[in-house]
This record gives sequence, C-alpha cells and structure tokens, in this order.
Amino acid sequence: MTFKATLLAGTATALIALAGMAVADGHATHPVTGDVLASDQSFTYRVLDDFPSIDPQLIQDVSGSEVARDLFEGLMNEDAEGNVIPGVATGYEVSEDGLVYTFTLREDAKWSDGVQVTAQQFVDGIKRAADPATASEYAWFLGVTGIVNAEAVTAGEMPVDALGVRAIDDLTLEITIDAPRPYFPQTTTFPTLFPARLDVIEANGDDWTDPANIVSNGAYVLEEYVPQERLVRVRNEMYWNNDATIIDQVTALIINDENAALTRYLAGELDMTDIPAGQFPRLSEEYPDQAISFPNSCSYYYMFNLSDSGLEALQDVRVRQALSMAVDRDIIVDNVLAGGQRAAYTFTHWAIPGWEVPDIPMANMTQAERNEQAKALIAEAGYGEDNPLEVEIVYNTSDSHRAIAVAISQMWKQTLGVEATLANQEWATYLDTRGEQNYEIARGGWCADYAEPSTYLDLFTTTSSYNDGKYSNAEVDALMQEAKLSEDPLPLYQRVEEIAAADAAIIPIYHYASVRMMSANLENWPTENLLQNWYSRDLYISASE
Amino acid sequence: MVLPDKATADGLVQAAHLAEVRGRSLWADARIRFFRNKAAVGALIVLTLVAIFAFFGGFIAQYERDFVDFALMGANQTQGVPSIETGHYFGTDSSGRDLYARTVQGTRISLLVGIVGAGVAVIVGTLYGAVAGYFGGRIDSIMMRTVDVLMSIPFMFVLILMLVIFGRSILMLFIGIGLISWLDMARIARGQTLTIKNKEFVEAAVATGVAPMMIILRHIVPNLLGIVIVYATLLVPGMIITESFISFLGLGVQEPNTSLGALISAGASQMQYGVIWQLLFPLFFFIITLFAFFFVGDGLRDALDPKDR
Amino acid sequence: MFSFIVRRIAVAIPTLLILILISFVLMFAAPGGPFTNERPLPEAVMNNVMERYGLDDPYPVQMFNYVKNIVLHFDFGPSFQYRDRTVNDVIAQGFPVTLTYGFWSFVVAIGVGVSLGVAAAIRHNSWLDYLAVGISIGAQVLPNFVMAPILLLVFTLWLGWLPGGGWNGGQWNYVIMPVIALSTSYMASIARITRSSMLEVLNSGFIRTAKAKGLPMRRIIWRHALKPAMLPVLSYLGPAFVAMITGSVVVDVYFSTGGIGQFFVNSAFNRDYSVIMGITILVGALTILFNLLVDIAYAWIDPKIRY
Repeated sequence: MTFKATLLAGTATALIALAGMAVADGHATHPVTGDVLASDQSFTYRVLDDFPSIDPQLIQDVSGSEVARDLFEGLMNEDAEGNVIPGVATGYEVSEDGLVYTFTLREDAKWSDGVQVTAQQFVDGIKRAADPATASEYAWFLGVTGIVNAEAVTAGEMPVDALGVRAIDDLTLEITIDAPRPYFPQTTTFPTLFPARLDVIEANGDDWTDPANIVSNGAYVLEEYVPQERLVRVRNEMYWNNDATIIDQVTALIINDENAALTRYLAGELDMTDIPAGQFPRLSEEYPDQAISFPNSCSYYYMFNLSDSGLEALQDVRVRQALSMAVDRDIIVDNVLAGGQRAAYTFTHWAIPGWEVPDIPMANMTQAERNEQAKALIAEAGYGEDNPLEVEIVYNTSDSHRAIAVAISQMWKQTLGVEATLANQEWATYLDTRGEQNYEIARGGWCADYAEPSTYLDLFTTTSSYNDGKYSNAEVDALMQEAKLSEDPLPLYQRVEEIAAADAAIIPIYHYASVRMMSANLENWPTENLLQNWYSRDLYISASE
Repeated sequence: MVLPDKATADGLVQAAHLAEVRGRSLWADARIRFFRNKAAVGALIVLTLVAIFAFFGGFIAQYERDFVDFALMGANQTQGVPSIETGHYFGTDSSGRDLYARTVQGTRISLLVGIVGAGVAVIVGTLYGAVAGYFGGRIDSIMMRTVDVLMSIPFMFVLILMLVIFGRSILMLFIGIGLISWLDMARIARGQTLTIKNKEFVEAAVATGVAPMMIILRHIVPNLLGIVIVYATLLVPGMIITESFISFLGLGVQEPNTSLGALISAGASQMQYGVIWQLLFPLFFFIITLFAFFFVGDGLRDALDPKDR
Repeated sequence: MFSFIVRRIAVAIPTLLILILISFVLMFAAPGGPFTNERPLPEAVMNNVMERYGLDDPYPVQMFNYVKNIVLHFDFGPSFQYRDRTVNDVIAQGFPVTLTYGFWSFVVAIGVGVSLGVAAAIRHNSWLDYLAVGISIGAQVLPNFVMAPILLLVFTLWLGWLPGGGWNGGQWNYVIMPVIALSTSYMASIARITRSSMLEVLNSGFIRTAKAKGLPMRRIIWRHALKPAMLPVLSYLGPAFVAMITGSVVVDVYFSTGGIGQFFVNSAFNRDYSVIMGITILVGALTILFNLLVDIAYAWIDPKIRY
C-alpha cells in the first residue's frame, strides 16, 4: 500500500499566508477566526527549571523541546489535534511493506542565515543524535523510531553510516525502519530528528547554541538566553512561512516556585503558568475564562518492587490487590489535585487516540466495596492488627508527590492498618533507587512518547529497561510481541491491561491533566493536542474588548 | 546563617575573665542579676511554656499528627479553619491533618534540633578548645590553624550536599548543624583555658601528677561552664533558624514528622490561598521561641558581665 | 601588615584544597551519578560521556587534573547537567548577580542597622530603644522564605509597584525586593551589635571626658564614639557575608534572579559535580578574601592591633 500524506492542513497554512497579514497596525484580524489582534504580539510563559540543553539532538526534557520546536523545524509538524502535518517536508511516501519512507522537502525552507535546508542536514542530524561520540542522553529515542540499525549504532556496535537514512538529492530523504510502525511519521516531529548544521556546530563547538552563534530553521530565532532567568526568541524573517506567523516574541521565564509564578501571573507578568495542586477549583471560580484543564498524556502510578530484593509480603498478589483497592482515587483526583485529572485503574492514558479502556472489575465497584474486599484480601494474606504490614514509599521531592503519598499512606493505615513510612529523595537518587530495585514501593510517572498504547504497555514487558518494578509475565510479553505485527492490536493491548490489573503489577492512580492559568487573550492554544506539542507560530494574542 | 557574632564572643571572654576575678560569689551574683532582669525572666517563662507545649501539648490534641481527615481535604479554606468545636484548635494543614498536633510535634523537633545541635557544638568545641589551650605551643597552633581553615569553608553548602547525598535523617541534621558551629565555641574555650591554666589549682594538679586529660576534664572544663552556657543559649536560635532553612529546601525531617521550619515553609507557600492560619500558628511558636532564647541569652550574658549596660 | 597578608594567603591555599577534598569525597560517596537517567544510557554512550568529563580516570588523577586546570587556566570544566555551558559560564552568569544584590543588601543592612543601633544606644531605655530592639529581633527571627512571598504579594500583586522577579540585567526595580528580603536578617544583627558596642563606648572614660568638656552630643557621636563602636560590626561582616551567600538561595528561588544560590541548589539536586565544586570553591575563596579585607580594615581602624 502506497499512500500520499494528505496535504489538507498544509493548504490551510498556505491560505493564511495568502490572506496577507498586516499585524503592525493593531487592527489586523486573524485570517481564520476573524479575531481582532492585539498590537503587541508577545507571549510570555513560565517554565519550572532551566533548560538542560536547547541543542535539538541533546534535548531531553519537555520545556527544551518546546523551545526547539519554535527555533527549528523537523520533517513533519503536529496540528492542534496532534495530527501529523507537513513541516520542512511537503509530504512523504511509504513503501508497500511499510518500511521505507521517502520525504520530499520544500524548496523555500531556509536557515536563518539564508542557507537552504537540505535532506543531507536531516541525515546529519539523525547521525549526530545516534553517534555515541555525541553522547546524547536521548539517543534511545532513535530506537523508538525504529530506524534501521539505530540501536546498534547508539550502542557503538556499528558505524554511524550503517543508519537507515539517506539523502537521495537535496530535497529527497529516505528513511528505512525495521518494522511497520504506523506512528513513525509522528516521531519526525521530535527534536532528536531535527536537521543539523554541522558547519555551524563545528565552527562553534559547544557554544553553537549561544544567541550569537545559533543558526536555526524554525519560525523563531534565539534572541537572548540568560540561564536560570529567561529565554527570548523572536520571529525568523527567513522562515518559509514567516508571513503566517503572528506572535512576534516569545519569552520563557524560569521561575522555580510555582506559587511565586502564580502571583506573577496574577500581576500580569505572564500569559501562562501552571496551577499549584489543589488550587484549580478556587481559581476557576474566580477566573473562569483563565483557569483551564485539559488531558495530558501521562499516568501516575505506584510500582512494587517485584524483584528478589523486594519486600516478601509484596510478592503476594493478594497484598498488592489489597493495597491497590484501598487507594481511594476519587479523593486524590477530587480533593488533593482537584484539577480535572482522572482516576486510573489501568495504565494507558484514557485519551490516547484509538484506545478503549477495558472493563476492570475494580473500576466498577464503590470505594466501600473495594475497602471491604481489600480488608478481606489482606487478612487472607495473613496481615492484620496483630501483624501489621510495614512498607516504605519512595518518591521524588515535590509538594504534590508528598501530598499524594501522605494521603495514600493514610488510606492504607485507616483501611488496612498498614504502617507506611515515606521517604523523599532527589530526582537522581530516586531514579537510582528505582533502577537498582532498592525500594519497596515507589512513585512513578510515565508520559507517552507517541500517541499509541504501546508507549505505556511496553513497560509491562520483562525486557523493558524502564520496567523498574521487574514485573514479568510471559503472557504479557507474548501479547506485546504479537501486537507489534497485528493489524488490530487494540484487543491485545486491552488483554495486557487486564492481566496487569489482575496481577496488580502496579497501582495506577490517576491520568494527568494540564492545569493552567492562561491569559484570556492568548488564543489558539492546542488543548486537544494530547502530547502538548505546541508551536508559538500557531498562537496569537487577541485585542482586549 | 545566623552565627553568633564574634564581638559577642570576645565580650564573653572578657566578661568571664573579669567575673573570675571576683571569686566564688559569681554564680550567686549572676543569679540575682539575672532575676532582676524582667525581660530575661519573662523570656524564661515563655520558654518554659513553649517547652511544656512541645512535650505535653500532645495530650490535649484530638487527633494524631499524621491522621488525614479526608472529608476536610480540598475543603480546607472553609472547613479546616481553627475551631474548638471540631477539635482542630489550629485548623488543618493542606493535607487535612490536625495542625495543632503537628505544631506540637514541630516545636518539639525544632527545640531538639536547637538544643542537641548546640550540645554537639558545645561538647566538641569546648573539648577541642580546652585541649588546644591547655597544651599550647605547637599543638595549639596546629589545632587553631585548623579551625581558621575550617572557618572559611561554606559549611551550609557542605551540609546541603551531605543531606542530598546521604539522604535526610534527623541524626544527620543534628550532626551537620552541630558541626557547623563548634568552631566559634572552640575559639572561646581556648581563650578561656589560656587564662585558667596558670591558676594555682591547675598547677597543684600538675604538681601532684594528674594526667593532662584528667586535668582538662576535671579542672579546666568545669571552669569554662559559665561562658559555655551563655554561648550555648545564644547558639540555639541560630540552630533553629538553620534547620528552618534546610526544611525550606525540602531537606529537613521526613514525613509524617515535621518541624517548625517545615510547617512555616508549607504555610508560607499557601498564604495567598486563604489559609493564613497554616502560616501564623507555627510562625508564632517559631518567633516566640527565638525571642525567648535571645532574651534569656542576653540576660545570662548581662548577669555574667559585671559591667553595667 | 604585609607579612600578615602573605601569611593569610598562605593559609588560604590549604583551606581551598581541603574544601576541594571534602566536596570530592562527598560527591563520589554518593549513590547515583550525574548521568542517572530514567532511561539508562547505552554503554557506548555512557563511556563517551564518562570520557568527556574525565570520569574514567582514578579519583586522585581526577582531582589532580581538576586542581591543575583551575590553577593553570582558571578552568572549572564543563557542567554535567547543562550540555551547552561550562562551569565558568555559570560562574560568570551567577556571581555578578549575587554580588550585585549582595552588595546593595550590605549597604542597606549597614546603613539601616547602624542608624538603628546608634539611635537605640543614644536613647537608651527609651521607647525608641525598645522599638529598635523589637524591630531588629523581629527582623532576625522572620525567616526570609516567609519575607519573600509577603513582599511578592504586597509589592507585585497588591500595589503593582515592582516586577515580581527576574533580573533584567540588574535594573533598579528588579533589585529592590531581593535586597529587602536578603538584608533584614543581618541588618538586625548589625543593629544589635552596634547598640551594645555603642553603649559600651558611651560609658567609657574618654566619652565622659568629652561630655564633661561640654562638646555637643552630635559631635561626640560622630567624631569620637562611632569609630570604636564600629569595630565589632566590622568583625561581624565576615559571618554576614556567608549568611548573604546562603540567603541568596531563597532569593533566587522566589525572585528568579539567576544568582549563584539557585545554581548551587539545582546542581546539588542534579548531581552536577563540577558546578557544585566550582561554586563551593569560589564561595570559599571569596569568604577568605572577604575576611582578609575585614581584618585589614580592622587593623586600619583600630591602631591597637598590630600583626
């Protein structure tokens, strides 16, 4: 089957360009929505922490990717709903076996110094990311894309040239992957696969991302970067679709304290910030047009250490079931977080496209029934008042993780008589503790890398390197293997969730939501983009009435 | 953080030195002078009350400090307010736990950190200073040079590193905070020892062949007591403030335990959300405790200082 | 004097070495290295990372190279956490910020603290005295992490006078709140020290003589009493400097000023070894330097001291 990617959305952007924007006079209107535009088109948002890097191939965090998507442009982009739309590539063709993708690049794509964007630069970018010499901590992502030999190259077992990427000519790029992966085009929206200007990088070394040196091909260029304080990007005049860009300046302010950030938002210094846990109901009452909540594809869960170093009692499925049942998810989502999160009884985020949450018995009970059953189960396993179960919960330092751990430990204590102690650790220590199975119960959070259930369910497989609970079930492994080649993997995925629930492999707690204060004049925010891949050039500021 | 100032320390040395000249009536004299100082006596009473609150306040708490009232969670602003009827005298914290019980426990931990920390500083510092002062010569100069060297090290940074790296525990806090502040104590103790060691009773002990360490423990250290007590009193508030700073960074005591610093830091982050009592109650106990220690310390110093201020 | 300075500098070198040693030992005793990641790195990548940072050498070699680079090139090495920058970048970025608001908070603390202390001493046991003592103790016991959010609420949200954070190249309105939040605690200490030393000086013989000669009080204070009364304040400045650096952590967290405190805490949490080391060493060196300056000033003011 060969198919041509639809260019519908591409046509829409072209129309916007044609409509001829006159942003400067302050009375311009948006070509699609017809809103009157504010004369000052600048957008300021808060980020929690400094960016570990803004070099596309080295980026490993969400806020760094946000910057990279503004400064650079990959083969494909995402639209407001998360659909893949043309970026530097005008489209692609897939070979019949689903293994070879041929991208056609647009001719008018230019770097900020006027140089043409070529297929070779994309090849350079991917090779650079894979090359062990680059030491990119995100090189693993190439394994997710399935590019031929990516894993062997990052492991240093094969030369970089063995990668399945090839520039046929300046405007044609061919990428070969190892198995049909319907989500592959979406992975090209990731900064890891962005083009690289090796001449610029070689000339400036590690300093090439300094505002003075950086050359980029996205809608914006880097204007100013003060570590731990701010990062400013401004319109890139060389960008091929510059005419359709409305926002002139984007500023990311680094504010560690979320309460301070909220105060500054309320004082009008920011257009967007996160709402601290538990404050959403009050703020949405006070500022109904600014406090918003929409699903965000991450799941929050507690994992059991099921390896030999784990607690003896937790190897008993009845104990795990009891602990899972005794967690009143509704209290956590409604009272502790109160920001539109959803109670979770299964791992995969409910909003993943094409996913249908299977029927799990526990999900249909009332909390009273669950507590009843939990008590029975733990008694059956031999724990009770005279022999209380003692566990330790490890979580990484954060107010909301602490609040949840406090609540859960009390639920266990009040319902089951379990004595839970809490231990918070710094991120690096915590990851180590988890990775070395040096814990009893640990908090976990997992975000989708792409919009498909396997991005979650792979964690249940024995070989997954992120399976820190060391859960292992041969049937799950077989099902996941089968799903890879299946035309309709949904029933297989559902079966995996059912098995994991029956085994109480983890305690799913809730599915994330983005809970934000957003200026009423900030328009076009892609709330329906589940992975929250947003582009500043799609946004605009409307004039206040 | 707040280190007792060098000037105070120098003044103490002089004061104790002068006091020594007056002979045996020092303690009685000092007691009379102390009790004449109204502010100091008032502070001592406050301190006693705080201590009673910290160690016995738990008996009238209606709830366990870690008991979460799930009905109040998320409805704090309206239902978690301080009230006698609900039994939450100080309201509830943001997790729906009784703030009274938590404040009691927090005050206890903070007092303990202050006192144990000061204790570590005093024991280490006094012995170190006494040994250096008594032996004198090269030993003295090496030991005191070491103190000089250590004084230039930003110990708060080292303490943060220690807590990050070795995980947090109350023990680590006690040790860490204590070790930060023994240096000043060592200097004071040494200076004092230098004047004591030439006294007749020490010479008599040396003449009768008492072992040096025995002399230090039996004869020198007891004579350092006055100045040590004053200095320790002034150290405690600094310790409590240091602990609160560590708690602010999230490196303090572990849940469900708490300290005043942790409670204040949590309360301060919630102050704009209409639950101001979460800040005010712990802050009140924090402030009166520190005030009291300052005044008692000042009172003690004045009592031991014959110069009229 | 000269030989005193030389001696002090000679002591500074072993101090810094001990500091480096302590930091080194602490960091390598730690579980979880700087490259601990949610997704473990492939071995080849890990080896390259280790090599890039020289972490594959034996510890003593690492330490030797580290010290060598600092001494020869003033090079603190690359940051482990931030791939695009070196420790020198971090220092060049953070220290000027911290030292700027640190300097102004010293100016404020000394100015206000000394005035309060002198006023309290002159009007000993009057309402002014009690007020000054009350204010100074109050300022000392109110933690700056309570002070900072209060300032933010009042001046940014309610009054709208000052920006709620950021640094903006040190523009004056961005500096005010950090300076207030930072200066209060040692302003209080300075006030208390000034008060008690001023009281002592005012009771001393030469001031009584001056009074007896009928000199006006103002002249006595300015010409005779202030200088000797400042000596204890001067010796407090060393500890105050350390307190300022520590307090900058709180200021940076609340006001996003991008100073050294924030860099330190972040790198401690992220195991960014080289940044931790660089900052600790520089803070240590500055403390030594500052104490030296204080001692020189002390000798200059107080002619009794001879080194």
